[in-house]
Amino acid sequence: MSWIDIGSLEDVPLRGARLVRTRAGCIAVFRTAEAEVFAASNACPHKGGPLAEGIVHGTRVTCPLHNWVFDLETGAAVGEDARIATYPVRVEGGRILIDGSALGQRSAA
Amino acid sequence: MSKQKLVVIGAGMASGRVLEHLIEAAPEAYEITLFNAEPRGNYNRIMLSPVLSGEKSYAEIVTHDDAWYAERGVTCRFGEHVVAIDRATKTVTGQQGTVAYDKLLIATGSAPFIIPVPGRDLPGVITYRDLDDTNAMVAAADRGGAAVVIGGGLLGLEAAAGLALRGMEVTVVHLMGHLMERQLDEAAGYLLKKDLETKGITVLTRASTKAILGEDRAEAVLLEDGTTLPADLVVMAVGIRPETRLATDAGLSVARGVEVNAQMQSVSDPDIYAVGECVEFDGHLFGLVAPLYDQAKVVADSLLGRENAFVVRDVATKLKVTGCDLFSAGDFADAPGREDIVYRDPARGIYKRLVIEGDRLVGAVMYGDTADGNWFFGLIKDGTDIEEMRETLIFGPACQGGASADPLSAVAALPPEAEICGCNGVCKGTIVEAITGGAGDLGAVRATTKASASCGTCTGLVEQLLQVTLGDAFRMPTAQPVCGCTDHTHDDVRRLIKTMPLKSQEAVWQELGWKTRNGCHVCRPAINFYLLADWPLEYRDDPQSRFINERKHANIQKDGTFSVVPRMWGGITTPDELRAIADAADKYKVPTVKVTGGQRIDLLGVKGEDLPAIWADLNRARLVSGHAYSKGLRTVKTCVGTDHCRFGTQDSTGLGIKLEQVLWGSWTPHKVKLAVSGCPRNCAEATCKDVGIVCVDSGYQVGVAGAAGMDVKETERLADVPTEQEAIDLTVAFIQLYRENAKYLDRPYKWVAKVGLDWVKARVVDDPEERARLIAAFEVSQGIYRKDPWAEHAATKARGYAPLADLTLEAAE
Ligand code: SRM
Ligand SMILES: Cc1cc2nc3c(=O)[nH]c(=O)nc-3n(C[C@H](O)[C@H](O)[C@H](O)COP(=O)(O)OP(=O)(O)OC[C@H]3O[C@@H](n4cnc5c(N)ncnc54)[C@H](O)[C@@H]3O)c2cc1C
Ligand code: SF4
Ligand code: FES
Repeated sequence: MSWIDIGSLEDVPLRGARLVRTRAGCIAVFRTAEAEVFAASNACPHKGGPLAEGIVHGTRVTCPLHNWVFDLETGAAVGEDARIATYPVRVEGGRILIDGSALGQRSAA
Repeated sequence: MSKQKLVVIGAGMASGRVLEHLIEAAPEAYEITLFNAEPRGNYNRIMLSPVLSGEKSYAEIVTHDDAWYAERGVTCRFGEHVVAIDRATKTVTGQQGTVAYDKLLIATGSAPFIIPVPGRDLPGVITYRDLDDTNAMVAAADRGGAAVVIGGGLLGLEAAAGLALRGMEVTVVHLMGHLMERQLDEAAGYLLKKDLETKGITVLTRASTKAILGEDRAEAVLLEDGTTLPADLVVMAVGIRPETRLATDAGLSVARGVEVNAQMQSVSDPDIYAVGECVEFDGHLFGLVAPLYDQAKVVADSLLGRENAFVVRDVATKLKVTGCDLFSAGDFADAPGREDIVYRDPARGIYKRLVIEGDRLVGAVMYGDTADGNWFFGLIKDGTDIEEMRETLIFGPACQGGASADPLSAVAALPPEAEICGCNGVCKGTIVEAITGGAGDLGAVRATTKASASCGTCTGLVEQLLQVTLGDAFRMPTAQPVCGCTDHTHDDVRRLIKTMPLKSQEAVWQELGWKTRNGCHVCRPAINFYLLADWPLEYRDDPQSRFINERKHANIQKDGTFSVVPRMWGGITTPDELRAIADAADKYKVPTVKVTGGQRIDLLGVKGEDLPAIWADLNRARLVSGHAYSKGLRTVKTCVGTDHCRFGTQDSTGLGIKLEQVLWGSWTPHKVKLAVSGCPRNCAEATCKDVGIVCVDSGYQVGVAGAAGMDVKETERLADVPTEQEAIDLTVAFIQLYRENAKYLDRPYKWVAKVGLDWVKARVVDDPEERARLIAAFEVSQGIYRKDPWAEHAATKARGYAPLADLTLEAAE
């Protein structure tokens, strides 16, 4: 794994999300509790709704366009046969790190 | 054979255990020298809190006294700092001289972290680590006054509780959103805060310390938001870091702590061991004694050449913040495939949450009743398959084995003395008696026994009792709950928020027994609105509980772009405004510019990250948000009125502008649209609006509860009034009544259909006092919300609109 620092935990609102652009597409980084962070594809499999703009509740997010709900831990849509890609991410010393190798990307040294 | 020399640096809880094991197993193996910077030997550091609160004396917490060391021939050098380790000569140098070692044990513990704010070195600022700190706090408390504790973790809260018990006025300042965020989730943190507040401790969360103020000693703490808290004593308890300076200077491998292998041996020197909080093993640091005791055994064995290896185990935190019962164990944070079970008993202040992964329990957080904590901890540690008990797991070991999961038979099986309503102390027998005595529905049970009449969370149980007792004669009511997170209806929630009273989302979730951690996309926006409508001064709007349009103050489009609609007061604009709109459309390459059905201009297809910039540009031409996205005031449509029209009877445009200026920015249960027409020809279509005013020769006809969306409905006449001011007053009072009472997402016409126009008239028209109260309450709220969110976001929140990071750029570098 190669961990890439993408920003400070404080920059992602509690129960909110921020967008990260990568070569593998746009990724939403969600913060569900004080120090609990998830990363997943930003695009809703229904009609491409931007998931970073959804309401975050528990460890789920609701798509802002037509209310599909996704479990951030597995990426599975609740009650729909669909899934979003999830990416390894962790918090260390107040910074958010994402696994660059999962994005097909090396950290820019 | 001559004895080997063992030198130990630090007489703390970890090294104390090492000495016990070592000497017991092989009393003659080592000649031991024990250094300690504190002028005393080992004592039970955990028990400093009872010493601070006055429940225990120092003598009672000493674990090894002078006689103990003397009997075992340990050379004690207490009150002496070790200043250097020389690995080449295998010696250790203390302030009073040098001593040689064959084996060295570093057990220096941790040092409190000091946040680098101005004033941190002033007298009167202390940390909380050892007996001297404790004594200093006791001395300060004897002088009385105010104490500010920086840090709402375990240590800070222990200090706060102790100081409060000693009569100081205590404020806890915590950076995060809830207390003890590493051990508790926000629901448990809410209960803890509430308990501390009943003990007279003030708790400020999301509060960041900027400086400690004072001339020759600490006098006050200044927060980032400008608040100044007077303080005779400042306790800094923001965290600890491993004390590794000696090891670093000696060239040992140190990451965050002294790096050791499973034998607790320094990875860079086999003759040097380390134990306790100063250690880092396999990426882990340690802050509780349980793992240190495991380490101590391993160190003793390793020193005696016996095989043993340290393994990291899950630890439970059963904590007693003087008088509060809390427990957490395992891992209640991130990993794939997890599921929560939440139980709340609002009347008794209990909260429990279990985190399940597949068929295993992986984490637990409990507050108020931690009796089952160890049982849950056992299930976590042993990885027990909990599939069979899943339904009843949260009720603990007492409910396992044979107990029925069917709620009705569970209620039937309860003994008559079982308490059903915690608020009013009503037991099952009393309720059954009332039912057999003729109370045939919930209302009757409430009236005769008071059960379920207060917080209402036992409503479900009472209904089940009705069903069990009356059988088919009882029909379960079908009131719709807000959503799957609760059994309460919107009406119940609104009523309870006002009467209990509840002033935060955490309070609603806990006190009304929410079944989820923090609601869902259905209930969160509703609760957020109810709280801000009822407590405009106490409650702060939570953007994270709003649908994206209201969070970003623009309408999201199907492709993820946004539309921007500036306000045009009463439909009036100017060439300058139009020019600014045209310039913005050019500059931000807006694909579509459309005139809306609401008498203004829509810029469609603006990129999310451009929003703050386009708003700032529009603001410069004095254009503000049109709230085309909000459950709030939208437009006030007007016709040209007396200014130009040959039929106009009053200044309809002017009244429309005035109304829009009074009402703009306010949040309402659903959107609100108004119109003012200058005569009954009604060119502004006022008779199908939420509030529509038609001007006539004799004054103003104020109509309400019209609709022209999914339903079409003509307004009903609220009143005819002679003056413009009265028309404005009635409108404001009507909207405030709607704000205070309607269900979230009911337009006014739906709400009026429920409560009846007469009920509305009785308050808004016929009762001048109530009308005045409604207008005043609206103004209080508008004191906060009548402002342009675009200007605010462009100035202070613009960063949140841009991506957090752009790795496509980095990769190209
Ligand atoms: C822009 C506009 C259409 C236009 O181009 O004219 C519009 C556009 C939308 N309307 Fe509307 N409505 C617009 C005037 C109206 C009107 C006419 C009026 O205001 O005079 C009505 C009928 C009156 C009424 O409000 O009932 C109207 C009845 C609705 C409804 C049905 C409301 C109802 O309770 O029946 C919805 C759905 C809702 O709100 O839940 C809706 C929802 C929407 C939304 C917000 C749908 C959505 O959630 O994305 C549309 C946003 C489009 C976008 O991407 O910007 N729009 N909408 C009009 C903006 C007016 C303005 O300046 O703010
Ligand atoms: C108020 C309080 C309450 C606590 N409550 C709990 C609890 O409820 N449960 C729990 O599990 N844990 C609790 N802890 C944490 C627990 O006390 C520590 O985990 C434990 O004491 C760490 O042991 P240690 O031997 O590593 O370090 P310590 O016990 O800190 O001992 C280190 C010793 O080394 C000395 N030293 C440092 N540098 C030098 C030097 N250069 N030369 C000589 N001597 C040196 C220090 O003076 C100190 O005496 C609490 C801690 C505090 C302060
Ligand atoms: S009528 Fe309103 S909601 Fe429907 S498509 Fe047109 S703008 Fe969208
Ligand atoms: S695009 Fe996400 S639910 Fe439709």
